[in-house]
Amino acid sequence: MPKVMKEVDAVIIGLGWTGGILAKELAEAGLKVVALERGAMRTPAADFSVPMIRDELRFTSRNEMGQNVARDTLTVRNNPSQEALPMRRLGSFIPGEGAGGAGLHWNGQTWRWTDMELRIRTMYEERYGKKYIPADMTIQDWGVTYDELEPYYERFEYTAGVSGKAGNLRGKIQPGGNPFEAPRQRDYPLPPLNQSLACEMFTDAAKNAGYHPFPRPTANASRTYTNPDGATLSACQYCGFCERFGCEANAKGSPLTTVIPIALRNPNVELRTHSWVTRINKAADGKRVTGVTYINTLNGEEIEQPAAIVVLCAFVLNNVHLMLTSAIGKPYDPVSQTGVVGKNYCYQTAAGATLFFEGRNFNPFMSTGGLNVTVDDFYTNWAFDRAQYGYVGGSHIFGGMFHGRPIAYRPMPADTPQWGSEWKAASAKWYNSAMSINASGSVMANRYNYLDLDPTYRNVFGQPLMRMTFDYKPNEHKVGQHAAQAINDLAKTMNPTLMNPATARTDPWSVVPYQSTHNTGGTVMGTNPSNSVVNKYGQSWDCHNLFVTGAGLFSHNSAYNPTGPVGALAYWTVDAIKKQYLKKQGPLVSA
Amino acid sequence: MQNEEKKDEGFGRRDFLKSAVAGGAVAAAATAAVTVPQGAQAQPAGNGPAPGYAFLNLDEAAFVEALVDHMVPADQLSPKGTDMGLAIFIDRALAGGWGKGDRLYMQGPWKPGVPSQGYQLPLTPAELYRAGIAATNAHCMKTYSKSFDRLDATQRQEVLLGLSSAKITFADGLPVRVFWSTVYQTVIEGMFSDPIYGGNRDKAGWKMIGFPGVIANHAQNIIKYRDKKLPPNFVGIADMS
Repeated sequence: MPKVMKEVDAVIIGLGWTGGILAKELAEAGLKVVALERGAMRTPAADFSVPMIRDELRFTSRNEMGQNVARDTLTVRNNPSQEALPMRRLGSFIPGEGAGGAGLHWNGQTWRWTDMELRIRTMYEERYGKKYIPADMTIQDWGVTYDELEPYYERFEYTAGVSGKAGNLRGKIQPGGNPFEAPRQRDYPLPPLNQSLACEMFTDAAKNAGYHPFPRPTANASRTYTNPDGATLSACQYCGFCERFGCEANAKGSPLTTVIPIALRNPNVELRTHSWVTRINKAADGKRVTGVTYINTLNGEEIEQPAAIVVLCAFVLNNVHLMLTSAIGKPYDPVSQTGVVGKNYCYQTAAGATLFFEGRNFNPFMSTGGLNVTVDDFYTNWAFDRAQYGYVGGSHIFGGMFHGRPIAYRPMPADTPQWGSEWKAASAKWYNSAMSINASGSVMANRYNYLDLDPTYRNVFGQPLMRMTFDYKPNEHKVGQHAAQAINDLAKTMNPTLMNPATARTDPWSVVPYQSTHNTGGTVMGTNPSNSVVNKYGQSWDCHNLFVTGAGLFSHNSAYNPTGPVGALAYWTVDAIKKQYLKKQGPLVSA
Repeated sequence: MQNEEKKDEGFGRRDFLKSAVAGGAVAAAATAAVTVPQGAQAQPAGNGPAPGYAFLNLDEAAFVEALVDHMVPADQLSPKGTDMGLAIFIDRALAGGWGKGDRLYMQGPWKPGVPSQGYQLPLTPAELYRAGIAATNAHCMKTYSKSFDRLDATQRQEVLLGLSSAKITFADGLPVRVFWSTVYQTVIEGMFSDPIYGGNRDKAGWKMIGFPGVIANHAQNIIKYRDKKLPPNFVGIADMS
């Protein structure tokens, strides 16, 4: 029998960005909150200090800030006819572990996703007709609109300290920003970062080509900043250790420098680390949850924590896993296309070129996780006619470098040998004289890309691992082909000495090389219980006192990075809990 | 500046150590860490003498030393692999948590799968390295009647090209691509990781390409050194500790 704790007002599972936001806001509304985090506590002062944090081997090769897959991982396959096998080490994506979660080791790139995503099926059907969307592409409207989310995007940008330049201020196009963005009420809280040589060269080329380049918005503080909650971020040092690393300078907008310490100072919040939630408990009538069961990983003890409200705030994949192991919501079945939990798992695609300029000095190690210049002409630019390429979604293209860490970053012409004096000479010659142009592409939901429980493999607690079935479909290949062509056309106008051109990927998705931690879907939001796990507020259709946050809510994946809408939706959900749910406990949207 | 290439690559450290094995206590003295005098700890890591191998046996050490000296030859850009500490780095990596399969999901059942499913061997990295060295040496004995470390440079090149292209297959069923990618990864990590791990000695890997290391306050530099080289000043973790 598990030890049973005293009931609290709210339990939060996972203390990263969304858990931090929910804990802080609910505690300030007077709720007694217990936050359960399966990893350890960290503090920037102790854990991100120089020199120990600037260790590429430890934090990149060995992924020390990522999930330890020895204890819990997932199985992977490309299609339902394959047998899924475990992801035995981290590779393609890096879920976080410990307080702060993946919000510690992100780069900071922060976007607003517009109605082009939130009302995707409606907008594509209106413009291109119903037949334009392939039959197996299971995209759907999210149930929430940009106008509803706008204030919450702003809230997150001001919390995280995003540096950028508005492109559309209350409907007026602003020079220097993204002219294709949806209207915003306020500019970013901080001006753009100082641009690198690569950024400037890309900007010139993009302008000459008739595109509309702008500095990418990113939560790397361009100057010292105090956010509306009173948390102070220092100015970015352009150290080149963002992704995979905690920020020594406190310049990267991170939950550990903003919402989490504020939440933990509130006596209404109790954090329990090393607390691994294994189950969300359902009431006998199935209409409510009663709390959670977790294991104290320091001694193996099983503990039950009753709660009036449960908020699922772990990494997207772990949220889906907990819904499946707790049997909340009907699991998705791709054959009958019934059920919802695990549906519409999506990822992202990419293409990139490396440009070599003999004699130029790009100093790639002077950079930040978000220092690049972007053109959005083929993405949120709705005037761009996708029919000529036959795809849904698209890509945005960007020039610059994120870092110069040398285990991972040593650009060389493609025909260079892999070792020996010639290899050394090419490493030395081009390290400082190359830049890249990349594209990040959307992935549309597909009937056969989904998450469910694996029949064979188990985690250390004896629970079935989650099984991921995913591959790129023809739509993504079309996006990649167009992106590679656009990159190469633009790159050639820059007259590089040499170039490794961009190529569209044609091989199956692989779990091996790192690609992106932008996993989405599986607990998708939507307009009714037959097409989604949660309603527009992130509230479970099945159990009204269970709320879900994070990128699992996304019913497809954009070309943009996900943290902007992850943060905005967390503020949107907590506002709905505070203003509506606490007054009248029940479904916020009638089914 | 740079170290002289050893002329007789086939007869080196291993032969010395092997002959020392006969002497028992002498061998222990030869392989054990050199006693560090008081005060010497303040020396930055990586500058000291090679402190001996914790994982590699004599044959494996000979293989790894030959491998890293072939892949990273001494020239005007850097010392050779062993002089950069690459064999020491690899030995420590294999002896440590990573080599023992830390953070590796090691539950069966074990199936080969398809390449997109990634690593599926029932071996820790250290076990894989050990099996791969044995299999490569078996190939070399069969093809050249010599172990890898006794081959000349042309033959070594042939073997590495065979491993990297998977034209060599191992008779015992060990997948050559998995072995090679692990070997390659460790050589790169040894060259470019912080010197505290035993490789990149004297920051020779960083100096070769111009990566300044862990001191990285570039808020002013990004303007000041626009399209200019940063003046050389290479700093590792131990330099700041």
